[in-house]
Amino acid sequence: MAEWEPVVGLEIHVQLKTRTKMFCRCESGFGAEPNTRTCPVCLGHPGTLPVPNAAAVEWTVKLGLALGCEIAGHALFHRKHYSYPDLAKGYQISQYDVPLCANGRFLVPGPDGDREIGIVRAHLEEDAAKNVHVGGAGGRIGGAAHTLVDYNRGGTPLVEIVTQPDLRSADEAKRFLQLLRQTIVELGISDAEMEKGTLRADANVSVRPRGADELRTRTELKNMNSFTYIARGIEAEVARQIEVWDSGGKVVQQTYDYHPETDALTVRRTKEEAEDYRYLPDPDLVPVEPPAELVERLRAEVPEAPGARIRRLEPQLGFELAEGLVASGRDRLYERTPGERRAVANVVMNQLAGAGIDPDAVDGDELGQLVEARDRIPRAAFLEALAHAGDPDFRAERYLAEAAVADVSELEPIVDDVLAAHPDEAAAYRRGKQGLLGFFVGQVMKRTQGKADAKVVNELLREKLSA
Amino acid sequence: MGGGLVGATLDTLRLTAEEAMGLLERGEVSRAELRAAYYDAVAARDAELHCYLRLTEDAEGEGVPIALKDVIGTEGVETTAGSRILEGYVPVFDSTVAARCKEAGLSLLGKTNTDEFAMGSSTENSAFGPSRNPWDPTRVPGGSGGGSAAAVAGGLAPWALGSDTGGSIKQPASLCGIVGLRPTYGTVSRYGIVAFASSLDQVGPTTKTVRDCALLYGVIAGRDPCDSTTVDVPPVEVPDAEHLKGLRIGVPRELNEADGIERGVADSVARAIELAEGLGASVEQCSLPRSVEYGLACYYIIAPAEASSNLARYDGVRYGPREAGGSFDEMVERTRDAGFGDEPKRRIMLGAYALSTGYYEAYYGQAQRVRRVIAEEHAALFERYDVLLSPTSPTVAFLIGEKAANPLAMYLSDVLTIPANMAGLPGLSIPCGLSEGLPVGLQLVGPQFSENLLFRTGHALERALGFDYVPERLR
Repeated sequence: MAEWEPVVGLEIHVQLKTRTKMFCRCESGFGAEPNTRTCPVCLGHPGTLPVPNAAAVEWTVKLGLALGCEIAGHALFHRKHYSYPDLAKGYQISQYDVPLCANGRFLVPGPDGDREIGIVRAHLEEDAAKNVHVGGAGGRIGGAAHTLVDYNRGGTPLVEIVTQPDLRSADEAKRFLQLLRQTIVELGISDAEMEKGTLRADANVSVRPRGADELRTRTELKNMNSFTYIARGIEAEVARQIEVWDSGGKVVQQTYDYHPETDALTVRRTKEEAEDYRYLPDPDLVPVEPPAELVERLRAEVPEAPGARIRRLEPQLGFELAEGLVASGRDRLYERTPGERRAVANVVMNQLAGAGIDPDAVDGDELGQLVEARDRIPRAAFLEALAHAGDPDFRAERYLAEAAVADVSELEPIVDDVLAAHPDEAAAYRRGKQGLLGFFVGQVMKRTQGKADAKVVNELLREKLSA
Repeated sequence: MGGGLVGATLDTLRLTAEEAMGLLERGEVSRAELRAAYYDAVAARDAELHCYLRLTEDAEGEGVPIALKDVIGTEGVETTAGSRILEGYVPVFDSTVAARCKEAGLSLLGKTNTDEFAMGSSTENSAFGPSRNPWDPTRVPGGSGGGSAAAVAGGLAPWALGSDTGGSIKQPASLCGIVGLRPTYGTVSRYGIVAFASSLDQVGPTTKTVRDCALLYGVIAGRDPCDSTTVDVPPVEVPDAEHLKGLRIGVPRELNEADGIERGVADSVARAIELAEGLGASVEQCSLPRSVEYGLACYYIIAPAEASSNLARYDGVRYGPREAGGSFDEMVERTRDAGFGDEPKRRIMLGAYALSTGYYEAYYGQAQRVRRVIAEEHAALFERYDVLLSPTSPTVAFLIGEKAANPLAMYLSDVLTIPANMAGLPGLSIPCGLSEGLPVGLQLVGPQFSENLLFRTGHALERALGFDYVPERLR
């Protein structure tokens, strides 16, 4: 049996969070009552004309720069034609042969070294409206009793990013997407939430014998709305294709939907003939020509790439922790928090994340004090303090003062009281039933409302019980 | 011209918009009297001429009234573009030109007939029946803006706006014996104009005199934030000079000797050229070989291609009539089949074919390259000449039905106007005489943004020609 290598490319759509839509002045409509964010332009009324949203153009250029793309000096908008109720004009305004951003590279560090993923293009287009098919099966227009259309989403700016087929595993695809998402979020241009559909990704998947450089027939995977599902969908499709080739068959170019509940792949109904979009340069729009000064200003605003940050942190923390911090956007807090590096990293990555604290709201110096005191104070008190680390007036000192009942002189009378109150248990312990230590610790904790330093209590109890 | 009050009644056949403006300003007639005079003319003659698709008797505006071609969107007033597929469609917003007319106080008389989606040269493609030529009601008024041209020539409106893609302002003006301007592409907003071919569509005035034309162009021209393709426009000058000293006129051989130019048309144009020389202009023959040879063919790639795209939105989903169907595709098919007439269907098919994968480069791509050649050929001539002169239409008004069955013969009506349109250039048509009792139009084409020069030239020629724009049978 041949050893197979997956070959994966991604097509990603990012909904920009500009205040208004791409070609009209309607407010972007996420979450609003259906069809309340519409106007004659985004409803495709006769005679209406598109006027490009300058912020959306700038943000796309910025994203292109973050992806290492060349920015076109003279980009064009095209009309892409197809007939569907979610498309008010019978065409979508998109970009075709001269996109705003092209030929980029995006660094994805991996446990076994760096991978550079080629970016074919990043272009700007308008989103379609949202269809709700009522009645019938399968949520498709065919067979539905009727279809409701919400045009609020119609005309929202959308960036489409297409990668080269440079990804070599499902895991790599997932990690690429996570770093891409982090980049987008840091640029402040989109919430990029897969669950809400503001970040969507389709995968083009093929396999080939390892070591070969051919490209075999690929399939397109859709309907994967989380990072995990993308990885699982690609894995399932790779396994399916390997089985097809190994059993002497041929992979057919088709589009599949991935069903995460069952891990199944189903073929999308194929049309009798390939869709012809009849691309036409939009005569209503003049070419987009971002001035060089603007491009340079935007370039200066692009933060350091996540891949480079992972590489920078890896020597101190190891790959996994470094990637985790960067991919979750916690590395900046990590970097501004003083203290033992691994301890800081672990707190930022685990406990703080567990408490659901926004890392950008946390004062690094205050957090550093907390991390430093972590082993000296009760765990409950530490977690309690951590839960407030994102508060605007958070001071570690206050929590540490309240929490730390580690003073022997304060704890000793309590320990004595507990032992006096439970003479039978004390005797049993002394006879060798050492498991009772926990019982005594519990009693002390109860009397101190959990504020006692467990280490100190343990030491005191052992001392007194062996006396 | 000395038009105006005849006894106690207004002679709308003779009254220019400028004169009407004067009457209003001096308080000699009221706004209501003026509007009533035009509606009287409508009552008297529109049953025969069918200029209007609908009248707007309660429109606002204290100034001179105006008629608008029915491709021009008007808030609260049905706008059909002469098509069943927009029957009952009432825009919720004014087109920029309609809004500018309102701001200038012009009150809307009504919406005028047009070939469906402005596709045609006779108004016979209107879904609501053809308009007729005030000079001879058995003949067409030209098209697509035949309703506007016939309304002005027949005294049913002091002036009107049309839209011109291949010649839809200039050719009807020519056939109806009045003045029509197709402005430089980008000087007048297309926002709210039902689109036919976006890279060619331009709104412009249809008037009795060149001065009226300049006045109305001044109302509508200028950059519009809602139309990215508009630009700033130099201040519009209303012409009054009566000579053409120093003007260099080029007479492109191919536009003046083309097959199909009627002898009477050529003779009238020749007389106008002699007059121009008499007014001090220098006149020289020149040549536009590729523009004329390829202009029409190129136009019939680009215009249908863009039309097929622009008309894709008429699917019955959001507005307009809808036919029932068993599925979405069937509903759209039936709606479009019932809603569009033959000419839009023909052009949608031509255009969709020209944009198809594998054909795009050979058709649309190639046509765009030829278009650049046409623009360059014109630009080269404007290094030697200020204005190019030719007939507007090869023929005078033809009989209703004469060309309706032969689309190609109809398309040839625009063979002389299309080259300048392809190059985005302004063109002014003025009447220059009669041939067999029907008006002949003279086309003046200048470089981009040369409207003021065209007005000066047209005005001086108009005075010298002394053409009487009132149709003979109505005098």
